[in-house]
Amino acid sequence: MAKSDFKKFIIYSLFLGILILPMVGFPGRSFETSRAFTIWGGIVGILALWLLNKTVRRSDMYQRTAAHLAPFRNTVLRKFSKFPTKYYILALMIAVAAYPLLADNYMIDVGITCLIYIVLGLGLNIVVGLAGLLDLGYIAFYAVGAYSYSLLNLHFGISFWLALPIGMVIGGIFGCIIGYPTLKMRGDYLAIVTMGFGEIIRLVLNNWDKLTKGPNGLLGMAKPAVIYPAFTEGGLKWVAYSLKSLHALYYLMFIIAVLTVIGVRRLDNSRIGRAWVAIREDEVAAELSGVPTTWLKLLAYALGAAFASVVGAFFAAKLSYTNPNFFIFMESCIVLCIVVLGGVGSIPGIILAGIILIAVPEVFRELQNYRMLAFGLAMAAMMVLRPEGLIPASRRKRELHETDQFTPEDLKDGG
Amino acid sequence: MDNASFIIQQLINAIFLGSIYSLIALGYTMVYGIIELINFAHGELFTAGAFIGIIVLAALQNIGFVETHFVLTLILVFGMAMAYVAVLGVAIEQVAYKPLRKASRLAAILSALGMSIFLSNGMMLSQGVSDRAYPAILGMDGFSILDARITYGQIFIIVLSLVLMVALNMFVNWSKLGKAMRATAQNQTMARMLGIDIDRTIRVTFMIGPALGAAAGVMVGMYYGSVRFDMGFIYMIKAFAAAILGGIGSIPGAVLGGMIIGGVEVLWSAFLPSEWKDVTTFVVLILVLYFRPSGILGEHVSESRV
Amino acid sequence: MAVKAPILELEDVHTYYGNIHALKGVSCTIPSGDIACLIGANGAGKTTTLLTIFGVQRAHRGKIKFKGRPIHHLRPEQVAAQGISQAPEGRQIFPRMTTLENLEMGAYLRSDKTAVENDMEWVFGLFPVLKDRTQQLGGTLSGGEQQMLAIGRALMSRPELLLLDEPSLGLAPKLVERIFETILEINKKGVTIFLVEQNAHMALTISNTGYVMETGKIVLTDHAASLLKNEKVKKAYLGE
Repeated sequence: MAKSDFKKFIIYSLFLGILILPMVGFPGRSFETSRAFTIWGGIVGILALWLLNKTVRRSDMYQRTAAHLAPFRNTVLRKFSKFPTKYYILALMIAVAAYPLLADNYMIDVGITCLIYIVLGLGLNIVVGLAGLLDLGYIAFYAVGAYSYSLLNLHFGISFWLALPIGMVIGGIFGCIIGYPTLKMRGDYLAIVTMGFGEIIRLVLNNWDKLTKGPNGLLGMAKPAVIYPAFTEGGLKWVAYSLKSLHALYYLMFIIAVLTVIGVRRLDNSRIGRAWVAIREDEVAAELSGVPTTWLKLLAYALGAAFASVVGAFFAAKLSYTNPNFFIFMESCIVLCIVVLGGVGSIPGIILAGIILIAVPEVFRELQNYRMLAFGLAMAAMMVLRPEGLIPASRRKRELHETDQFTPEDLKDGG
Repeated sequence: MDNASFIIQQLINAIFLGSIYSLIALGYTMVYGIIELINFAHGELFTAGAFIGIIVLAALQNIGFVETHFVLTLILVFGMAMAYVAVLGVAIEQVAYKPLRKASRLAAILSALGMSIFLSNGMMLSQGVSDRAYPAILGMDGFSILDARITYGQIFIIVLSLVLMVALNMFVNWSKLGKAMRATAQNQTMARMLGIDIDRTIRVTFMIGPALGAAAGVMVGMYYGSVRFDMGFIYMIKAFAAAILGGIGSIPGAVLGGMIIGGVEVLWSAFLPSEWKDVTTFVVLILVLYFRPSGILGEHVSESRV
Repeated sequence: MAVKAPILELEDVHTYYGNIHALKGVSCTIPSGDIACLIGANGAGKTTTLLTIFGVQRAHRGKIKFKGRPIHHLRPEQVAAQGISQAPEGRQIFPRMTTLENLEMGAYLRSDKTAVENDMEWVFGLFPVLKDRTQQLGGTLSGGEQQMLAIGRALMSRPELLLLDEPSLGLAPKLVERIFETILEINKKGVTIFLVEQNAHMALTISNTGYVMETGKIVLTDHAASLLKNEKVKKAYLGE
């Protein structure tokens, strides 16, 4: 075992003790020895395991075994990657479509929530991943969608389907409003300003009682309804079938999700998508090449907002209720987490991250309290260890490691 | 209350609030000045300070220390809270920021955000979701100037803030390490070429900045009587607004900004509906960032790093 | 050339900026006590050479030795501790620190207070105008004053090797003369000087040895006096 690693382990454990023992040990007025030391011991144990893992990996025996197994591993991986992606996608879609038939109501609800966050993640991905702009207040657009539908439906009786495009336009407008001042800002300031806007919108929704009923929220919106012609006593008529059941809502959300994925992929591969990449890599150069950066950045915000609005409207319709507390800053962070952990710019990554971050705590209910704790740690850890995310978007991985200086060997491989 | 008393009362409140905001803002500005990163976790460090303060105070109360050694109690409470948060600050820097020094800005911001979420939830889990009450050791005694009232507790906090700011000023301007910090903030590469160990200067910055925030946390907890795991958020926004307003990276700027934000808040509360107070803070922040990101005393905001 | 122990040796140094190959095998030997100059066109790699010596840019291949000891793997802070200092390109004065504080920063690694004070007096002797501006912020000094401050600051560490990057840049001719006279004075005190310059004429006039750099390689090495008479050098760099 490397001496320096062991020393580091001891030092880290000690510091961890200094930091953890006071906080955990004093939930009340006296020192709770067992609780404090159990938690500290647990974390030290994890560190020890990590140290052990490192030592084993460095050892000769492991290296030799790994070398032996390498060709086998490579063949397996090659076989998997040769499998056309189409089949994976088809399998996934079938699985997701069949899911409600196998699960109980509670799990279907979890599924719907998963899909909602995945769509939110994909929408934020347009802003952060494709255009390279940071948005810490994204949940505000979700709120705009929810409240647009609620108000339109409650005050004017507008149906869900009609309210949807209106909501998208309103969302898009808000996207432009929020995007405009940030056009000239740098990373840190951009983050703060977008966070500020997000909070402003939530606070306005919370305080403007006359319009939004403030913290009480809005209640009683109609569920989305599907109209189809059917034979009734009066002959062939249009019948409205209100989507009240969880199954129906699930499939509606599924369709929205699929459309979003298709939409985002189309954007990514379009001229607009390529222009965004240009802006992301070198804005000045893009500007000089004639790329309309202002318009494109605003478009990114507007499109991202539009997607969020759609989900927002769905969310409000599903619950028939909305409330400013659904749209706190932490929610923006969760969506950002999903995008970052999954891999900025990576659609499969975001889908995977959404499933993990939303479904896992629901399935393992005892973990619920630790969810955000894990999110935060995971986000920081990801940035340090694997900034390209779980399933990296191919472009991104190159970008993020660009700062490493090239050697002639790298150049030979084609970069 | 007649006009003169009213003005005096608002002034007292403004200086009181401003001192607290200044202390927190100093933490932001020092860190930003040296590594051009907004320490999103700073609000949590402030909260952590408040919690440690309460813990130390509770422990001392258990052994009956508080009544007999009041001054020593205060020293211990503040001292230990600041020491703890100094260690926490360095720990965060080493784990979440140092590895990302050469990485993109996005990565650093997200790491900071992640740390902020981690810390606030950590505190929530270990200290509970609800308010925790601070033993009222400052008391409500005070005296009046005309009809305006100032408590001894307020005086103590204002004086302590002043002492800390003066100490910081002396350190930064007259000590070798302090000058090294300033040099590192102004030109990191050149500082290295003169032999300055920038890892060390950055570590020290992450001890001092958060420690000041911790002191503010103890003050807030003591004065308002309670601590909550998420109290850092709104203070973070206001202190950040103060730091930007005064000129990010500038130590006198942070103090100036803190006083201005404190003053504006007090005046607002006096005349306007208070539910909109927080919205105003955000609006002010965005306006400052849009129209004058370098702030009042600010130095040139470099375009290089995005 | 007279055989003096080399104080700085570069052996086949390669440096990259990203995937731009900036130094393509730079080799030179600077004898101790010399004034050596490196001349060449803009973008030839002169500044990169100085930055690589100091560890600010990493040498991907090759060796750099100071007094026989390898330094190419050292970080800038460590290079400074070896006894090398630099007045870099752009002067890099700390803008919001006073002239005095800038000089103090030069002596950061030293702990012998009296000796430091003596050295500061010597620097004020070399550049009297700095003495008048001790409390003035570095950013408010004129270009010439900043150049003097940069050199003075570099001297405060009592270096054995002083690297100067384009000391004449942007300065009036009279001032340039003063600076070069001062460089000679500094060298007389025993400091080896490695000078990078656009102003080839002045550089070669005061130097013992000269190196000509073109696109990342040293193409010519000779006594400075000989280079002044060299036809190719005269055409390319002396404007004749």
